[in-house]
Amino acid sequence: MLGRIHSFQSMGAVDGPGLRYVVFMQGCPLRCAYCHNPDTWDSSSGTLYEVDEVVKKILRYRPYFQKNGGVTVTGGEPLLQIDFITQLFKRLKEEGIHTALDTSGIGCTDTEKIKKVFSYTDLILCDVKFLSEGGYQEYCRGSFKTVCSFLELMKEQKKPFWVRNVIVPGLTDAKEHIQKLGAFLNQYPDLEKIELLPFRKLCLEKYQTLGISFPFEKVPEMKSDDVKKLYQYLDRNIN
Amino acid sequence: MFTQWAGFVPGEWQKEINVREFIQKNYTPYEGNEDFLCSATKRTEELMHKLNNLFALEREFGGVLDIDTQTVTSLLNYKPGYLDKENELIVGLQTDRPLKRGVNPFGGLKMTRDACKAYGYELSRKVEDEFQYRTTHNDGVFRVYNETTKAARHCGLITGLPDAYGRGRIIGDYRRVALYGIDRLIEEKKKDKEAIGEELMDVDNIRQLEELFQQINFLGKLKEMAEMYGFDISKPAQNAKEAVQWLYFGYLGSIKEQNGAAMSLGRITTFLDVYFERDLKNGVLTESEVQEIMDDFVIKLRMARHLRTPDYNELFGGDPMWITEAIGGMGEDGRTLVTKNSYRILHTLYNLGTSAEPNLTVLWSNDLPENFKRYCAKVSCETDAIQYENDDLMRPKFGDDYAIACCVSAMRVGKEMQFFGARANLAKLLLLSLNGGKDEKKNVQVGPVSESYTEEYLDYDKVITLLDFYRPWMAKMYANTMNVIHYMHDKYAYEKTQMALHDTKVHRYMSFGVAGMSVLADSLSAIKYAKVKCIRDKETGLISDFEIEGEYPAFGNDDDRVDSIACEQMELFFKELQKTPLYKDAEHTLSILTITSNVVYGKKTGSTPDGRKAGEAFAPGANPMHGREKNGALAALNSIAKISYEYCKDGISNTFSIVPEALGKTESERISNLVALLEGYFAQMAHHINVNVLNRETLLEAYENPEKYPNLTIRVSGYAVNFYKLTKEQQREVISRTFHQSV
Repeated sequence: MLGRIHSFQSMGAVDGPGLRYVVFMQGCPLRCAYCHNPDTWDSSSGTLYEVDEVVKKILRYRPYFQKNGGVTVTGGEPLLQIDFITQLFKRLKEEGIHTALDTSGIGCTDTEKIKKVFSYTDLILCDVKFLSEGGYQEYCRGSFKTVCSFLELMKEQKKPFWVRNVIVPGLTDAKEHIQKLGAFLNQYPDLEKIELLPFRKLCLEKYQTLGISFPFEKVPEMKSDDVKKLYQYLDRNIN
Repeated sequence: MFTQWAGFVPGEWQKEINVREFIQKNYTPYEGNEDFLCSATKRTEELMHKLNNLFALEREFGGVLDIDTQTVTSLLNYKPGYLDKENELIVGLQTDRPLKRGVNPFGGLKMTRDACKAYGYELSRKVEDEFQYRTTHNDGVFRVYNETTKAARHCGLITGLPDAYGRGRIIGDYRRVALYGIDRLIEEKKKDKEAIGEELMDVDNIRQLEELFQQINFLGKLKEMAEMYGFDISKPAQNAKEAVQWLYFGYLGSIKEQNGAAMSLGRITTFLDVYFERDLKNGVLTESEVQEIMDDFVIKLRMARHLRTPDYNELFGGDPMWITEAIGGMGEDGRTLVTKNSYRILHTLYNLGTSAEPNLTVLWSNDLPENFKRYCAKVSCETDAIQYENDDLMRPKFGDDYAIACCVSAMRVGKEMQFFGARANLAKLLLLSLNGGKDEKKNVQVGPVSESYTEEYLDYDKVITLLDFYRPWMAKMYANTMNVIHYMHDKYAYEKTQMALHDTKVHRYMSFGVAGMSVLADSLSAIKYAKVKCIRDKETGLISDFEIEGEYPAFGNDDDRVDSIACEQMELFFKELQKTPLYKDAEHTLSILTITSNVVYGKKTGSTPDGRKAGEAFAPGANPMHGREKNGALAALNSIAKISYEYCKDGISNTFSIVPEALGKTESERISNLVALLEGYFAQMAHHINVNVLNRETLLEAYENPEKYPNLTIRVSGYAVNFYKLTKEQQREVISRTFHQSV
């Protein structure tokens, strides 16, 4: 089975627990205004790899995984290539390696397939970008409903997950937004952690290279310290 | 038996000089955490404040506070000097005043003269006259060098040779002074001298006898030096404070006598812990007092200085002494050699502020206590002042009482020494091979004449054939040059104090080195996997530039296609070196370590087939070239871990820089992740890693405003430096290095 892959990062220390080998899948159905990997959007580029080739690469990093490290598949949107991810995770679980899926929840609507990939997934890192259909439509070209069904499926399958929310000045940095996010997520008992990620513009160069305009070019970066303060508005302490 | 040994477990160590056995029988492994540590006392803070003022003054004076141009440095040539006589716990300075540098012309008179001049001084008539009738090491070497060596030196094919200054990298077993006292050491040496005196008087034995005479003579001087400070070190130290003082006198005598490039300390912390434990048990000292003694000792070490020329500083930037202390590790019996004192010496980085010296080196084993691993990782994240070397890799070869000389060179303390061999430029060897033995920059014939490469595109097999022709030539020339240097060093600048603190019969290494490994590997990879076109200089006809068509796998991406080339080239070069027999039957070893000379090497080397332009710096040590790591930090570590220690037993240096955010989101995560990184790297039998956890922006800021960052310490190839002490060029190179920052 072939997968279309953008790149590999041998040392991820902020995408799941421990040290992680990160696989960036190529192709994404969303067009988030603050996306920092626009080079992973196009589903026809990237490089094709066999599952075995990827497993072989990953095994070289097993010495670093220790107790809680492992592999995180991100992108792009991994769910677009769910069959490949399923095969990959199945092989990794055979090797006893911790697997994490970093997803927007949008990209595959086949519940059976999702359940199957869940069975080989130890942790899901799920983006919850906005809390309204309007927000998703305007800034992501996606649907909040799809995300909600994905969250429900995780709940049903009792999958442990983390939620990540990008804090953009003027858009998602208000106290009310954070409180609402916390309240919304309260219904999910398997949620282990909420990560608020500051909006950054390190990706500007990528947009320029690709010749696409960066919608949030004028938006200021979010200060890490300000983001830290927002955690207090989450009504349960899951960090 | 000495009364000073009361309370110690007896053993063979009492009958013979055997520090290792003393440690093994008496030390207390510590597996707890750092909570017992005490902060600096008021006295320590005041002393350090005073020293920081002197450091500031030294900076203002352009890096050298004062030079005594009248007095040749040796053990007894200066009056006792103090930082603060009333308040110091451990005493002894190299000259009569803090940070004042002596002159040491034994290595070479011209170098001393130039060094004085560089800082606005003039070497005195008195010293000039004294040395008019004296042969220096440098004189000796140049009486013998052939034209080939001179040419190779001139164009930078071999550089940084210890032929005008002390070779260093010899570690006296300074612990012996504390454990046995000078009289016992003299007695043992006299016995050895008598025994050898009865043997056949061949060259080796005659030389050995004269060396023993000098060792005994200098042990006597060491005793006298201590007397000048009011201490009688003829007998063993009777408490911990004396043990530190006795040991320090041993070290001090050595740095008064020798200006070796690296004057390392050895492995003293766990040895001293035995004394501290005894005093703590007997209620003689409190923990705070113990820390105070260690702090004071480290203050003394931070004041050690040698006088160098600007040329020297280009190669070995940052005014280093390489007062390397090997900390931790495991014992052969499976007990950890980590003691409370291992923590205390690391804790000096907090009590006294972060610092480049002493060069704190953690001997990492995956069996180290978890608490200690985490503490080290924490110290790394907060100070960037420590390096790690793989004890699990070295212990099987060197036992459990070895130390590190300079940056990465392991040797059994008091039983082995090395002849420091500087390094050869592998990138230049490649260019020389393509140009029929001519230097690509100076257009002079250096190697044997052969036909230059004539085709437009480089063909891998043909290039390899050329390398196979020039490599043996270079290896032989290099080995012979080193033989000359070390013969002459022994003859004219023998390390009397340091060798007196060794067994009489020592094992010797001759430690060759290379620079430009990743440039060579990438160049060959480009030739093999892309197309490389030669550009010839119109006037000289020499191949002086290259054009690359297509892409090639670069070293540092865990890609066997190129990593295997790097491994193969190191093996070939090492095996070639082994073919030349060495002075005093030394064992050949090889290092991949550049200090800061990767900048100078780059400057002296033309464009290379990997796309590096003429004059651009090489990567330091065994690092991948800047910006060519496309798969993140661990891939780069994996590539370096493949280089075999078997062929590079003098060390494989890797400098690793990462921004804090890329190591984890919280302090606790960063510590855990750094521990995991070290465990994963060393489990693959990698040898060494320097860890920097800092932002490039901090360095840029320090580059622009050095006065704001007087204490910013960073790790470069094998040692730590104060960033501001590097030349601007070296600073730029450090900034341009890969900072792993993918988040």
